[in-house]
Amino acid sequence: MRIFGHRPTWLAWLGLAIITVFLAGAVFAPLIAPFDQAAVVGDAWAEAGGPYLMGLDNLGRDIFSRLLYGARMSIGLSLLITCLSFSIGVTTGFTAAIARGWVDIALSRFVDLILAMPTLIFAFVVLSVLGTDLCVLVVTLALLDSVKVFRLARALAMNIGALEYVEVARVRGEGLWWVISKEILPNALPPLIAEFGLRFTFAFLFVAALSFLGLGVQPPTADWGSMVRDYRDVIALDLPAPLYPAGAIAILTIGVNFVVDWMLSVHAQGGRRP
Amino acid sequence: MSARVAGEVILDVQSLRIGVRGEGGKPGPVLVDDVSFTLRRGEVLGLIGESGAGKSTIGLAMLGYTRPGCAITGGRMLFEGRDICAMTEADKRGLRGRYVAYIAQSAAASFNPAHTLMQQVCEIPLRDGRFTAAEIRARAIALFRELDLPDPETFGDRYPHQVSGGQLQRAMAAMAMAGRPDIVVFDEPTTALDVTTQVEVLASFRKLIRDHGTAAIYITHDLAVVAQIADDIMVLRHGRMVEHAAATEILQNPQQDYTRRLVADRAEGHAVAPAVEAVPLLQVSNVVASYSGLVRVIDGVSLTVNRGDTLAVVGESGSGKSTLARVIVGLLPREAGEIRFQGAALPPRLADRTRDQLRRVQMIYQSPDVALNPNQTLLEIIGRPVRFYFGRSHAEVRARVLELLRMMDLPEHFIDRKPAALSGGQKQRVGIARALAAEPDLIICDEVTSALDQLVGEEILRLLARLQAELGVAYLFITHDLGTVRRVANKVAVMLKGQLVAAGETRTVFAPPLHPYVELLLSSVPEMRADWLDEVLALRG
Repeated sequence: MRIFGHRPTWLAWLGLAIITVFLAGAVFAPLIAPFDQAAVVGDAWAEAGGPYLMGLDNLGRDIFSRLLYGARMSIGLSLLITCLSFSIGVTTGFTAAIARGWVDIALSRFVDLILAMPTLIFAFVVLSVLGTDLCVLVVTLALLDSVKVFRLARALAMNIGALEYVEVARVRGEGLWWVISKEILPNALPPLIAEFGLRFTFAFLFVAALSFLGLGVQPPTADWGSMVRDYRDVIALDLPAPLYPAGAIAILTIGVNFVVDWMLSVHAQGGRRP
Repeated sequence: MSARVAGEVILDVQSLRIGVRGEGGKPGPVLVDDVSFTLRRGEVLGLIGESGAGKSTIGLAMLGYTRPGCAITGGRMLFEGRDICAMTEADKRGLRGRYVAYIAQSAAASFNPAHTLMQQVCEIPLRDGRFTAAEIRARAIALFRELDLPDPETFGDRYPHQVSGGQLQRAMAAMAMAGRPDIVVFDEPTTALDVTTQVEVLASFRKLIRDHGTAAIYITHDLAVVAQIADDIMVLRHGRMVEHAAATEILQNPQQDYTRRLVADRAEGHAVAPAVEAVPLLQVSNVVASYSGLVRVIDGVSLTVNRGDTLAVVGESGSGKSTLARVIVGLLPREAGEIRFQGAALPPRLADRTRDQLRRVQMIYQSPDVALNPNQTLLEIIGRPVRFYFGRSHAEVRARVLELLRMMDLPEHFIDRKPAALSGGQKQRVGIARALAAEPDLIICDEVTSALDQLVGEEILRLLARLQAELGVAYLFITHDLGTVRRVANKVAVMLKGQLVAAGETRTVFAPPLHPYVELLLSSVPEMRADWLDEVLALRG
């Protein structure tokens, strides 16, 4: 089987398998999960066994069910953030590269300004001021992330825009929209897709980190970052509870990276077919 | 190292075979197949062929090197009796630079911009510790002097960006010779240079090889160049040897059909097509242009292209000829002067021109690889101007594209292919078809044959001449190749540093009395006889 005309390596296949399993878990959580994410079904920290695949948590909720629902929240949020940040970043980046002049200068300096501030601190400030609403969270993180996408998109469009087939289109009299959508975007797609995977893992880790710090997803909604926070103390009691969400974060991150690495290596070979 | 005796066989290559490493037990494509030759001390072997002929692959193999993914799969290369193929990686490292040196096409890419030339020229002999630092330095200065480099004493203190392209190429020869190698592999060392520079560099190289009695392998696609320097010539095609004989034999008495075509195409001259009637199409007067207002790249250029004309704009790199094309199409707005097309003034900026004005001037580019969008099919590439300018329906566009493909002698089923599936010459034909799809009055051809192999380039020129006869379109030919000019253009404009030094009918400009610069240009074009370089050098004293 080929993806984008290239045969994945076995590591890429492993990554794809991990992503598929996690996505399936997230999508079908209500069907698979034996209990509701907020339902108290037994004693706190009950051992794994019987209907409780991974045991119960600090309030007596089923950890496995919370992990599945948490996947929805964590993966869904990260996807939403990444999609939004790419829409903003690619549009503004391409515009800056094609329009040049003051548009490029204004956008680029604004982006430099945002990049100069530590992302986590900036997110802290915004979320503390505006409150920990999910909408605010998504928009804030997407905007912060979009400046990095802007950089890549601008550089790509600059490079491709200097090629003669783009010049041909401009000399023909084509408009900006045609040049961007027909001449530049299709040729910028492979590196952008690879970057999408990479940015997704960053968004994912970032959401987890914010939730861990109590600024992200609010209880009783499950998400992996806040699960690690809620369960972290019992690691001293030899209970495996915090390892499940932490492991899920690690495995999905690694899985996505396997796929991204493969895409980047294919791209680095100049798109030659193996 | 054995004593150097002229005429002694130093390299014996027997049925060399190099291929791409196969996958899953299957052998990959063969790049070099069954090539054999011997090289004696003081002898120069020219390897000639089109791109993909395997000549660079053979040259690199002499250093025990193959490109990533390739391997020597058969044969022997005996260097002073030792088989290079059987050497360990450490032995090969010892071989490179000390016994076999390499001179690449792009000197600019081969020098580290952060070190002085002297540091880089001395690096290899210093590393193997045969000489003291002072000895090597003296040797490098002597080499600079032999290569006619300016201020040989201090030349080495400069950085690569501080010297010209021709000087850098000679500095690379000094770097190769500094380790007193037995064999030097020259890989297209003058291809990237202007013709006038090429003469000087070729002369320096030849003197160096003769004075040192070094054996050399000279790789090039230009038979006229190799004829000046090589004793023997081997013609390669698709990785196989076509013909191998003394240089004079190859030039005067080629045995194989392919070699005959290589020799003949240069010699044969095409008739110059005169313009039917003098109706001015494009009038450029006193145009001035610069990049960001700093350096004047075009400085008061005036020329006229009549209907059905072929005007060649010639000049060396940096003369402003490509910039002139950008100014005419409006990519670079002019700062002063006027351009009229069919009597009406053309606005300087692209954005201010009407769609009809844009349609009437089309362009064909040097490298078809970057001039065609790799993600579009030929239907999209050629069909877009038809749809954009004439607003035809999908069925009409498809019919027109098929018609254009037939005109280009391209098979109709190519219509759904993407450029990657085409050869270089085929891609250039697509570029021509795209320009013709707009039904222009003037086509600007920017070095359209220089990225193509000789025979393929000839075909493209013939195609352009045929299309001109059929459609009456005018061409503005931008080129550095004077051979092309004489064959295709009825008018010529010679540019030097942004200004016109000569312009007019080709037969007038290229006939005595010649402008001194035109004379220099004309006399610098290598001719296909062995004593051409000697004659040129003798004339120039």
